[in-house]
Amino acid sequence: MRFSLLLALLGALVAALFAVSLLVGPAGLTPAQSLAALIRGEGLAETLVMREIRLPRALLAVMIGASLGLAGAAMQGYLRNPLAEPGLIGVSGSAALGAVLALHTGLAASFMLGLPLAALAGAAAAVGLILVLAGPGGGSITLILAGIAVSAMAGALTSLVLNLSPNPFAASEIIFWMMGSLADRSMVHVWLALPLMVVGWALLASLGRGLDALTLGEDAAATMGISLVRLRLVLVAGVACVVGAGTAVAGAIGFVGLVVPHILRPVVGAQPSKLLAASTLGGAAMVLAADIAVRLILPERDLKLGVLTAIVGAPLFLHLIYRTRREGL
Amino acid sequence: MAHPTARITLASPRASRLLALAASLSLGGVAAQAGPPERVVSINLCTDQLAMMLAAPGQLISVSHIAADPLMSVMAEEAARYRLNYGQAEEVHALIPDLVLAGPYTSRYTVGLLRRLGVEVRELPIVERLDDIPETLALMGMWLGREDAAQTLVAEYRTGLAALAPDHDHRPRAVLHYANNYTSGTQTLAHQILSFAGFANIAEEAGLSGGGTLPMEQLIMLMPDLVISGQRYPGLTRAEDVIDHPAMEALRDRHAGATVTDAEWVCGTPAVLSAIARLTALHEGGS
Repeated sequence: MRFSLLLALLGALVAALFAVSLLVGPAGLTPAQSLAALIRGEGLAETLVMREIRLPRALLAVMIGASLGLAGAAMQGYLRNPLAEPGLIGVSGSAALGAVLALHTGLAASFMLGLPLAALAGAAAAVGLILVLAGPGGGSITLILAGIAVSAMAGALTSLVLNLSPNPFAASEIIFWMMGSLADRSMVHVWLALPLMVVGWALLASLGRGLDALTLGEDAAATMGISLVRLRLVLVAGVACVVGAGTAVAGAIGFVGLVVPHILRPVVGAQPSKLLAASTLGGAAMVLAADIAVRLILPERDLKLGVLTAIVGAPLFLHLIYRTRREGL
Repeated sequence: MAHPTARITLASPRASRLLALAASLSLGGVAAQAGPPERVVSINLCTDQLAMMLAAPGQLISVSHIAADPLMSVMAEEAARYRLNYGQAEEVHALIPDLVLAGPYTSRYTVGLLRRLGVEVRELPIVERLDDIPETLALMGMWLGREDAAQTLVAEYRTGLAALAPDHDHRPRAVLHYANNYTSGTQTLAHQILSFAGFANIAEEAGLSGGGTLPMEQLIMLMPDLVISGQRYPGLTRAEDVIDHPAMEALRDRHAGATVTDAEWVCGTPAVLSAIARLTALHEGGS
């Protein structure tokens, strides 16, 4: 009962932030105008602003936030380590590398899903590599060190590709790919990301029972009929789908998958299956809130989302490292 | 950081003096001349084009590689006949120039280093008005010792501009929409091209004087009659995504006319006349 109340509250929070996100912008529309334009299509200019600029932005914030929250909760459940997060361990960075390669080699232009699939390949390579290196229930140090190496390599190669591009704007986009932004995205990006995200959400949501069993230990989980190999495969595929699709259209946004499960874990009683659902909604709320904040703080400058999420997330990350060290993990 | 730089500045003048000595010996002392420069190197797109228009045969020995890019330069073919440089102090110095032409946005480090190495560097100011183009041509003519050639170009430019003289009562509202939602305000050459061709610049309504960003939401609320989009470059970037954003496409499909800017808009050279002519034709075509 308490869990369903939590989900209802989180759902209401997401709905409220979604509405605020639709109402914030430099066009200076009143809420009544915005609503009339969005729903009934009143006024060409107003309708274009609401339907083609603000709606995709709010939708992407929900989709990407939900994806990052869910991916963080799933990885932490599998590794039984609260430090596992797609941005920190280089999964988002590798997805960005895949996306940048697709954009600057012409793959993205040659077929519809070229961009998100290339980002998915980058994310899958990174998450697979990390899981192999860290092993199930792997120690924090291996996980973080592997993550640092993968992040550094992906970041360097992304910069290299962008510097080699003949496009004069490419090099200045390094910051977008490393920090993420939802400014001026369109419905095209929503449709580009959605199919892979839906697949990823379904895969990750199916992990609940397995992750719950895993809290009792690998042997106990195995006696309950949970295949660890299969669990890992589904996790890799699911994380690669959601992080790949999200990063392909909005760049790498860090710390969402760390902060959200950390805040919600005590509320759901540390049960991974419940944490998956709660973190999905929590992630959506966090990215919506961050995206509203970047528009309120610097309305015309396109402040990157990753700046805000890192300011919130990095101190929390340090705190977690301190605590895991004290607990001798 | 400061330490190695200081070492370079200490070591280089000595090396440069040796090089300058070698140069003056091998070239018979051209460096100490009072006449026109004989080895001119240009490292800025706009000085590249003006120098190519005005220099005597053999006087200009190198232009920047950007001058050979047809997306940015109206004289890409001519530029291909020159040695192309990448504007690095070391490679420019190795060409033993007696005059280097740069722009106000050329890297301060490059300009400073070249000057410390004893190379004469002249910086051409940015042209913000159509009326400044004759002056700019004359200035370049003076630097190159080609005053007569400059006067011919000035006369041609004045005639060309007068032939396009504005005669418009109706002024459709146009917006310049470049990558990253960048636009040109009232104190820019692009604004002057637009105005001369009979259009009102929407950036003026948004209160922009120099270059600046005009958020897409605001641009759409202003409902321009003509969208002049920035040039696209190879590879897909998020910066240029805004040019083809569905909201902009809908604006072009359902309300506004459309055209693109190109290399003719970039520099204050007589090439702006063809940009004005194309826009004027669009105006008379009833946009």
